[in-house]
Amino acid sequence: MIKFERFVLGNGLTVLVHPDPSTPMAVVNVLYDVGARDEVVSKTGFAHLFEHLMFGGSINIPDYDDPLQVAGGENNAYTTNDLTNYYCQLPADNLETAFWLESDRMLSLAFSKKSLDVQRKVVCEEFKEHYINKPYGDVWHTMRELAFKEHPYKWMTIGKELSHVENATLEDVKQFFFKHYTPVNAILVVAGNVTVEHVKELAEKWFGDIPSGEKYNRHLPEEPKQIEARRMTVHRNVPMDAIYKTWHMCARRDDDYYVTDLLTDILGGGASSRLYQSLVKEQQLFANINCYHFGSLDKGLLTIEGQLIQGVDIEKAEAAIELELDKVRKELLDERELQKVKNKTESIMAFEDMSVMNRAGSLAFYELLGDGELMNTEFQKYQEVKSEDLHRIANEVLTNENSNTLWYLSDKK
Amino acid sequence: MPDRKLAPGIKDAVEYKIALKKPDIFSLGNGVKVYNVQAGTEEVVQIEWVFKAGNWFDEKKNVSSAANFLIKNGTQKKSAYEINELVDFYGAYLNRNCSNETAVVTLHCLTRQLPQLLPLVRETFTEAVFPEEELLIFRQNMKQKLAVNLLKCDFVAGRKIDELLFGFKHPYGVYSIEEDYDAIQTEDLKRFYAKYYQEGNCTVFSAGILPKDYEQLMNQYFGDLPFNKTATEEITHPIFAADQKKWNIINDAEGVQGAIRIARPFPTRRHPDFPKVQVLNTLFGGFFGSRLMNNIREDKGYTYGIYSYLVNHIHAGAWMISTEAGRTVCEATVNEVYNEMKELREGDIDPEELLLVKNYLIGTLLGDLDGPFHIIGRWKNLILNGLDDSFFYQSVDTIKNIQTDELKELANKYLRPEDFYELVVV
Repeated sequence: MIKFERFVLGNGLTVLVHPDPSTPMAVVNVLYDVGARDEVVSKTGFAHLFEHLMFGGSINIPDYDDPLQVAGGENNAYTTNDLTNYYCQLPADNLETAFWLESDRMLSLAFSKKSLDVQRKVVCEEFKEHYINKPYGDVWHTMRELAFKEHPYKWMTIGKELSHVENATLEDVKQFFFKHYTPVNAILVVAGNVTVEHVKELAEKWFGDIPSGEKYNRHLPEEPKQIEARRMTVHRNVPMDAIYKTWHMCARRDDDYYVTDLLTDILGGGASSRLYQSLVKEQQLFANINCYHFGSLDKGLLTIEGQLIQGVDIEKAEAAIELELDKVRKELLDERELQKVKNKTESIMAFEDMSVMNRAGSLAFYELLGDGELMNTEFQKYQEVKSEDLHRIANEVLTNENSNTLWYLSDKK
Repeated sequence: MPDRKLAPGIKDAVEYKIALKKPDIFSLGNGVKVYNVQAGTEEVVQIEWVFKAGNWFDEKKNVSSAANFLIKNGTQKKSAYEINELVDFYGAYLNRNCSNETAVVTLHCLTRQLPQLLPLVRETFTEAVFPEEELLIFRQNMKQKLAVNLLKCDFVAGRKIDELLFGFKHPYGVYSIEEDYDAIQTEDLKRFYAKYYQEGNCTVFSAGILPKDYEQLMNQYFGDLPFNKTATEEITHPIFAADQKKWNIINDAEGVQGAIRIARPFPTRRHPDFPKVQVLNTLFGGFFGSRLMNNIREDKGYTYGIYSYLVNHIHAGAWMISTEAGRTVCEATVNEVYNEMKELREGDIDPEELLLVKNYLIGTLLGDLDGPFHIIGRWKNLILNGLDDSFFYQSVDTIKNIQTDELKELANKYLRPEDFYELVVV
C-alpha cells in the first residue's frame, strides 16, 4: 500500500505527498499535462525541445542544475507523446531548494536565446544518435505515419523531421510555456523523508502565488476507425529483414486496457510467451520477437515486432505469426496461462515500487489518469480479467482490417 | 511573497554522516558464504549466485558467456520451455550475466514464491545439459545480433578502444567475430559447466524482505553442492596495449555521427590515487554539471551527451572519455576534450566548483544507498574486489576532504594527452 495525501492550492496546483521516513532523501516530481500529441503538425518535436529549455534558466535563477547539485541533488526529465515529467532527488534537509527551483521555472523561464540556439543543436544530435545513425532507427517514424492518419500520435516525440526543431523560434517557446506550464496543468508529488505539514507550508510559500493559468482542454482529432489493412515495404541498410505489425487498441483509461495488456503478455512477454516459444524456439523463423504496447493515454497501438532468421521467407514468417494469432482468436486459454500473466504483472508492479523516486513518478502518472489511489487498486482490475475477456479482445483487436504491417527489408541482397 | 532571487539555506551534503549498512552473513554446509541485506518496503527478494566463471577462464572464446546464457535452457528433467514457464508462472525473473572474472545467475521474485523457485535454481547448477538444438539457436541469434551491432559506430568504438588498451588476447580487450560462435561445441559448454559451475566457486548475495526460514531454505537447496572444494586456479593474462595512439575508422560512409573514445590505462581501485581521481573525474566529465558536459553540450551543442569514467576491472583499469558527436564536429569535440585537460592541469579550480562536486557526490551516494538492492550492490562490489567497508569509508573521506591543489596535481599526473588513445569511428 502506498500511502499519500492530496491537497489543491488556491491556484489549482494539485499536490500529493507520500512520506517515507526510511530514506534520508526527498523526491520532488512535477508532471505537466502536455506531450507531443499537443503539438501542431508543422511544429513537431516541440514538447521535447521545450523540456531541454526548462534547464536553461528561469526568470529569477540563471541556472537550474548548479544550485540543485550544490544542495546534493540530481535530476532528470522525460517527454512522451502524452506528458512531460521532471523529477529531482536530494537530501531531505534541502527540500526547499527543490521548491525554489521548480516553482521559479513554473513561474516563468528566462527565455534565453543562447539556450534555445544550443538546445536545438543538442536535440538534433539526439535525433541523429537515436533515429538516424542507428539500424532500424526510423521504424517508428514510418509505422506511426502508416497507422495514424489524423491523431497526433502520427509523429514521434523527437519530431517528424529535423527541420521542425531547427526552425523553432523564441516566440514559439513563449507561447508554449504560457499555455501549458501553469499550475492548473501540473501535478506536484513530494515523497521521501518529508511531512505533509512541511510540504503544505513550502508549497503555499513557493507555488501559491503563481498565476493559475488557463486549464488546457485538448480537442485532438480522433483517429477514424481503420477499416482496411494497410501494408508497406521499405528497403534499408540493415543486415536482417524484420516485420512490424500494429493494431489499434483502447485508451489507457478503458477497462479493456487491462485485458489488452495481459494479451500482449500472453503473446510476447518473456521466454515462455507463445510467439517466442513457437517462432523463435520451435520453428526458428525469428531471431527475436516481441509483443507490447506503449500504454498510451489515447487509443494506441498493440505491436508485434520480430527480426527474421537470415534466409527465411518473409511471407512464411508472417503467416506463422498469423497462425499464432488465430489460436488466441479461436481458443480460450487455460487458467494456468492466465494465472501466469497475472502473477507476472503483480511481480512487475511490486518491483517498480522499490525506489521512492519510482513511487513519486507513478503517483503523478496515476493522478493524471484520474486518481493517485489507482496505484493501490489497479492490480485488482487485472485480477478480474477472465479468459473470455481475452478471447473477446483478441477478436476485436487482432483483425486483418485493423492491422498495419511494415516489412523492413535488408537492401543487402 | 518569497524572495525568489535568494537561494534557501542548505545543509552541505558533506556534513552528512554516511553509513553503509552491514550485511548479515551466514555460511552454508559446504562453506558457501551468503551475504544478506534485509530491508525494503515491498515483499520481494533478489538473490545473486556469483561464480568465478567469467571470460577470464575461457580456453576458447565465448564458452563462458554461452555456458552462462544456456545454463537454464534445459536440464536432465526439464526442457528450456518448462523452466521458462515455471519461472514466468511464479512471476519471477531468472537472469544470467557473464562478465570478465565472474558470471552471475540472478533470481528476482516475490518473497512468498521463493520456496517454489529455489529447487529450480538448484537444478540449473546440478543438471544443466546444454541441448544441441539450444546451442544452434543461440549461435544463429548471437551472430545476427552481432551483425546488427556492427552497423553502430558506438558499438564498434567501444570494443576497439578496449582492444587498444588491453590487447585482443586479454579478457578485457577481446571481442567476438562471427566465426567464434560457430566454433562453440556442446562439449566445450559441458566441460566448462562441470568445472566452473557444478564444482565451481560460488558466493551468494541476497537482499529484500527475506523469508524467516531463509538460511534453512538456502542450506536445503545449496548447502550440499560440491562448491568451493578447490581454490580457483590463478590465471594471469598479460596486457598488450597498442603502439599506435590515434585511430580514425570509417564504419559507415553515410554516418552522420562519430563515436569518440579517448582513454588511457589507469590503476585499479587498490591504488591510493583511485578515490581522489574519482573526484577529479566527476568534475572533469562524471556528471551532468561536469566541465566536458558544460563546454561540449551546453555551450557548443556538439553532442547529446559526453561523459568520462574510470573503467574499474578487478585486475586493471582505464580512464575513458566517451561521446557521440556530429560528424562534422568530431575533430572540434576531440580538441575541446584536450582543452579541458589542459585547463585542469594549468588553471586553478574554484573552491566553489569543488564544493558543488563534493555535495553532488555525497548527495548521490546518499540516494544510491536507498533500498536493499543498492546496498547489496555496493557490498558485492567490495567483496568481489577483496575489499571491505573501510574502502567505502575511505572514499567518502576523500570526497569530503580533498583540496583543489591535490586535484591539479593529479591532473598533471594523469591528464596528459600523450598518454591517451584517441579513437573516432564514423
